[in-house]
Amino acid sequence: MKTTGRVSGIISNIVIVKADGAVGQNEICHVWCGETRMMAEVIKVVGDDAYVQVFDSTRGLKIGDKVEFEGHMLEATLAPGILSRNYDGLQNDLEKMNGLFIERGSITDPIDFERKWEFKPLAKAGDKVSAGAWLGEVQEQWVAHKIMVPFVMTENYTVKSVVAAGEYKVTDVVAVVTDAEGKEHQITMVQKWPVKQAIRAYANKPRPSRVMETGIRSIDTFNPIADGGTGFIPGPFGAGKTVLQHALSKQAEADIIIMVACGERANEVVEIFAEFPELEDPRTGHKLMERTTIICNTSNMPVAAREASVYTGMTLAEYYRAMGLKVLLLADSTSRWAQALREMSNRLEELPGQDAFPMDLSAIISNFYARAGLVELNNGATGSVTFIGTVSPAGGNLKEPVTESTKKAARCFYALSQGRADSKRYPAIDPLDSYSKYLEYPEVSEYLDERIGKGWVEKVYKGKTIVQRGKEASEQINILGDDGVPVEYHERFWKSELIDFVILQQDAFDSIDANCPIERQKYMYEKVLSVCERQFEFVDFDECSSYFKQLINLFRQMNYSVYESEQYYAYDKQIDELIEQKIK
Amino acid sequence: MTTRAFQKIYTKIDNITKATVTLRATGVGNDELATVGGKLAQVVKLNGENVTLQVFQGTEGIATNSEVVFHGEPPKLKVSDALAGRFFNAYGEPIEGGEQIEGEARVIGGPTVNPFRRIQPSELIATGIAGIDLNNTIVSGQKIPFFADPDQPYNAVMANVALRAKADKIILGGMGMTNDDFLYFKQVFENAGALDRIVSFVNTTENPPVERLLVPDMALTAAEYFAVDKGEKVLVLLTDMTLYADALAIVSNRMDQIPSKDSMPGSLYSDLAKIYEKAVQLPNGGSITIIAVTTLSGGDITHAVPDNTGYITEGQLFLRNDSDTGKVIIDPFRSLSRLKQLVIGKKTREDHPQVMNACVRLYADAANAKTKLENGFDLSDYDERALKFAHDYSEKLLSIDVNIEITQMLDIAWTLFGKYFTPSEVAIKQELIEKYWKK
Repeated sequence: MKTTGRVSGIISNIVIVKADGAVGQNEICHVWCGETRMMAEVIKVVGDDAYVQVFDSTRGLKIGDKVEFEGHMLEATLAPGILSRNYDGLQNDLEKMNGLFIERGSITDPIDFERKWEFKPLAKAGDKVSAGAWLGEVQEQWVAHKIMVPFVMTENYTVKSVVAAGEYKVTDVVAVVTDAEGKEHQITMVQKWPVKQAIRAYANKPRPSRVMETGIRSIDTFNPIADGGTGFIPGPFGAGKTVLQHALSKQAEADIIIMVACGERANEVVEIFAEFPELEDPRTGHKLMERTTIICNTSNMPVAAREASVYTGMTLAEYYRAMGLKVLLLADSTSRWAQALREMSNRLEELPGQDAFPMDLSAIISNFYARAGLVELNNGATGSVTFIGTVSPAGGNLKEPVTESTKKAARCFYALSQGRADSKRYPAIDPLDSYSKYLEYPEVSEYLDERIGKGWVEKVYKGKTIVQRGKEASEQINILGDDGVPVEYHERFWKSELIDFVILQQDAFDSIDANCPIERQKYMYEKVLSVCERQFEFVDFDECSSYFKQLINLFRQMNYSVYESEQYYAYDKQIDELIEQKIK
Repeated sequence: MTTRAFQKIYTKIDNITKATVTLRATGVGNDELATVGGKLAQVVKLNGENVTLQVFQGTEGIATNSEVVFHGEPPKLKVSDALAGRFFNAYGEPIEGGEQIEGEARVIGGPTVNPFRRIQPSELIATGIAGIDLNNTIVSGQKIPFFADPDQPYNAVMANVALRAKADKIILGGMGMTNDDFLYFKQVFENAGALDRIVSFVNTTENPPVERLLVPDMALTAAEYFAVDKGEKVLVLLTDMTLYADALAIVSNRMDQIPSKDSMPGSLYSDLAKIYEKAVQLPNGGSITIIAVTTLSGGDITHAVPDNTGYITEGQLFLRNDSDTGKVIIDPFRSLSRLKQLVIGKKTREDHPQVMNACVRLYADAANAKTKLENGFDLSDYDERALKFAHDYSEKLLSIDVNIEITQMLDIAWTLFGKYFTPSEVAIKQELIEKYWKK
């Protein structure tokens, strides 16, 4: 029998429930307000009193109203039909909701239970299987969606039977397995998993060794992110976090993209709704929407569900990873999630940590980032979850708790700088503050030797040094004046500007420049580097600056030209001629 | 408010603080309104039989035996076309006389529009001000605040923008507005013959600060009526949101909540987002555009209010005095309209995005040259030209008293490029240079 209870206190969306039986931490319950049934989660238990956070507005709720406990934690529904959906933070399908407004207690199915799928068996009677083992597959969009032994089945099993190829609904039994005691278990195409727990149905989790290409030069060339890696993008408002995330979601070389719009603007999600069904994935020729699932809990949607949304996103990502796919999970913004934790902690009257955030914030963030990664499945295939989160530091100050906690957890750091954004140098990723720990991995270095060219990582460091020296030179120039320093300082400064304008800056709104394939990045970067390695002959700093401005302009025109087109090579030739004029 | 026959009257209050009263009562709903000693109050906390009420006007004069009557419903606004041309207080009651509004009573602060049902904003709102139209184009369905120090003419600029934007209705939500400013708005709208398009909800400095908390929800409930029910283009003006946030801080403090940054409640982000996210482009053609004012203290945008606002709104318009020209300009560096990409170069001329960026880049070069000059260094020829450009750019384009068409703005920019720079210094796509460069 289910535990029930009655409302005994209300403070905003925290409700105290007097329960008549056993209650579990993080258990889901439903609170009745008149005819409306609202979902809630237990976050604290004191004696008979369960403190629950309601994923909806508690307006009109009364003392004595009925509550039903469900006996399980918040779960995601995992089955074919998740791709291309637009969910709220609790995996309700937004498209299925009627009306313009989201009314309280709106609950819709995350998938179509009536739809039939063309099932193809992969396992046969007698096979030894465990959680996550592939029993069959169905074609979901262009993905071979594996039907697995549910993750909650933690023992070893023997396949007794698998149905023949044919059309089935997700709730039809497609396989029967027996456990060690000979007990039979029926398996359908749908399973559930508690979102706050990691799915661990894999053999091991090696260090990532490949790079996930994004078409963004300042990431791929300067600070690459590994396939199965983690990264985060902190930046003050207006520094271009969202534009960068959208570029990643459009261009990254991943099989599946899960985007979590966590406590951000609704219009940004609308942009994805409007664009993705139209835009093509340049790698596969399929529409972007076919590989994308959006989880959308915008800033005005209930705060408690905001916290759930990132976990729901991660669970869906882990599910597709278990099929041997490359998944990119993007969350914008993890600060909003942390703020949701703060609001709850505050209402529970917990002793606050720094900036009133809960004390365990750092641990919560680390645990979450640790769920990403490259995995080797039990059948030898590999799958990955690459996670990139944005952080919105209060006042643009990177010393605040969310940024600092995330810095400890993520391996790539893409610091967006206000100064760069102010002078419209986009993407505003600071070339000196940002880093990718993956450049230090010998296996990544080897991979890049193979993928791009021998000694690539060394070249990357060379470029970083040039930028560093350019910055130092520019500081000297600012202190001593244009005339107060040797012309050579100006040359150093302008070489770093060349890297900045041609490689680091990229026009996200230009149809050609927005996405720069790795081969093109290699060509441009090596060309720029070759200029930087030359010594030039200038009479004075004026000549130096106007020369480099000319050079930068030509390089930029090249960036705007179709790769390997006539125009592209024409600019290439002009650049060579200009260089010849001035070398020592 | 009239008392209905079956309503129970409570006459024993247990606790009284500056802003709240607590008493024992049953059958009370969360967020419900009540009258406490003749003053309007709202349920903010329920704990067993103990009900805590926030009294909007403050608890001065309330006694333990004052009468408490629960209304059985949250705050509502009666909506109908008769709202147009009227002035209301924070409770939605007409001020300066006139009839009560008859219409459907709607709960304020209603549910969220399903993001999936929204339409991508795509209609440009022309204001004639180049600092907005050229650099930070506003689109219908957008939410954008002015960031300004208290001494800047933000209310005047906002009134101008409101009148030039071709909105079907303008809804003014005034929070902590001085009576002078209120009269100013009224007069400007009256002079423009626009009073029949205006609905105002005003809390002036003469009214208790906590009442302000109702103003944005009242204004937006009226806005939703005209946009959703009538398919109209509605412009909502909210001034001043910093004073709104101050009222939030007062309430949170009196409820013993732990403050976060700058003494603001930990929920500030969600509280502000709930208001701003009401901006929407609807499938029926109606839209709600929000233009707000967030006053700053000494230009500090890292304070919790402008900071959280910046993360919520789709850009910000930063007002600043330009010492070179002596005019108030819209700062090109710190201002931003996030939705401009949806219209510039699409609804406006093709060269708009590149011209806009080139102007700002050259203006930044001028700022560097200025720093050099201040530090006593010689200027290069380029620096000199950049400074001259910056002066003209500020005077002819950035200044808020400019009122011209967007195409004209672009032409002026090209004229300035041609006057001071070479094409390679401007660094714009070659095909645009060929088409528009002015020698």
